[in-house]
Amino acid sequence: MAGVSTPHVLLGLLATGTKHGYELKRAHDARLPRARPLAFGQVYATLGRLQRDGLVAAAGQEREGGPERTAYALTGDGRAALDRWLSEVEPPMPYVAGTLFAKVVVALLAADVDRARAWLIAQRRAHTERLRELTAVKTSPTAALDELVAVDFAIAHLDADLRWLHTTLDRVADWHREVHS
Amino acid sequence: MTELQARAVVKAYGPTPALRGVTLDVAEGEIIAVTGPSGCGKSTLLHCLAGILRPDAGEITWRGQRIDTWSEAARSRLRRTEFGVLFQFGQLVAELTAAENVALPLLLAGTGRREARTAALTWLERLGVAEVADARPGEMSGGQQQRCATARALVTEPRVIFADEPTGALDTLAGEQVLTRLVRLAREQGTAVVLVTHEPRIAAYADREVVLRDGAVDHTGLGLDASLAGGPR
Repeated sequence: MAGVSTPHVLLGLLATGTKHGYELKRAHDARLPRARPLAFGQVYATLGRLQRDGLVAAAGQEREGGPERTAYALTGDGRAALDRWLSEVEPPMPYVAGTLFAKVVVALLAADVDRARAWLIAQRRAHTERLRELTAVKTSPTAALDELVAVDFAIAHLDADLRWLHTTLDRVADWHREVHS
Repeated sequence: MTELQARAVVKAYGPTPALRGVTLDVAEGEIIAVTGPSGCGKSTLLHCLAGILRPDAGEITWRGQRIDTWSEAARSRLRRTEFGVLFQFGQLVAELTAAENVALPLLLAGTGRREARTAALTWLERLGVAEVADARPGEMSGGQQQRCATARALVTEPRVIFADEPTGALDTLAGEQVLTRLVRLAREQGTAVVLVTHEPRIAAYADREVVLRDGAVDHTGLGLDASLAGGPR
């Protein structure tokens, strides 16, 4: 997922109570069940920056039969930063860009219409397979709401991509003529 | 194992061909999506498979028996016992409550009133609409009506459900509630589903997708062979 602000997600997780790095990683992976799991290194590096900027503070040491771990808490500034982020409306697609779009443009420039079309068909197949895989999660009787909401997000985006792939397939020949005229 | 089969089915409406020789196998318990652009013949195929329409040529067989040559009464009996149908809208009897609507196919098949009502309530519960059992269709939301219609299609525990754009009139969430339950319950019972849709996200509920184009099965499975064969346009 592009553009997710890991610092703000971590601030949000700390808003529910003091946590050490491992707990933060676990909470992240549970709350965003289909996101790429957060690496420990990334958690500690982000916490370091947040601490430097005064948005989180160390709140004691903890030792449970292992190495000593630092627990972190949200500071007043951290809460304010989190609040600002939550209030900000995200610019809806400020730039029309994406790998799918760029690839068709480049295929038309550097190759020909058949190449672009073959790629669109192959990509559409891959999208359809992923859509089916995620839809199967929805019909599972044990799917939790966390997971359903995550899967809905992916399905809506795949569905939009599929519509675009389909329409572009119908337009690609005209587009090719225009690119090379 | 193949339960239902269309063999080289041809159907025209006057001079307009709708199906030009469609062959399709539906296996036991299989969930199959029939997709394709508007006017490709997908609803006509569903109606032929369900024995609602009689093909002009070709055969429809059910468990090895040819059914397209059967009388209307015999096909209608088959639809009441082995098949269930679900359309986009307008299927519930307006004067009857949800429970009475769901019990209807059982009453027509000779089940006792009390037993039919118990089964109807069970199915309304499974579809998550037990609370509207005594409401009439006019008092329910579109999604609740469609879940009742789904309960009615499933109440006879049919071998095949035919669903023609079953979520076409519903918003995304209501449509999802119908489909997830239909698919889950069909899988539990080993009921096959033939699902007609033009939407990729609905087709994704199926095990397999058959794409029709201009009244024939598109063997690329993507509805695109005509444009590929034609080269740049």
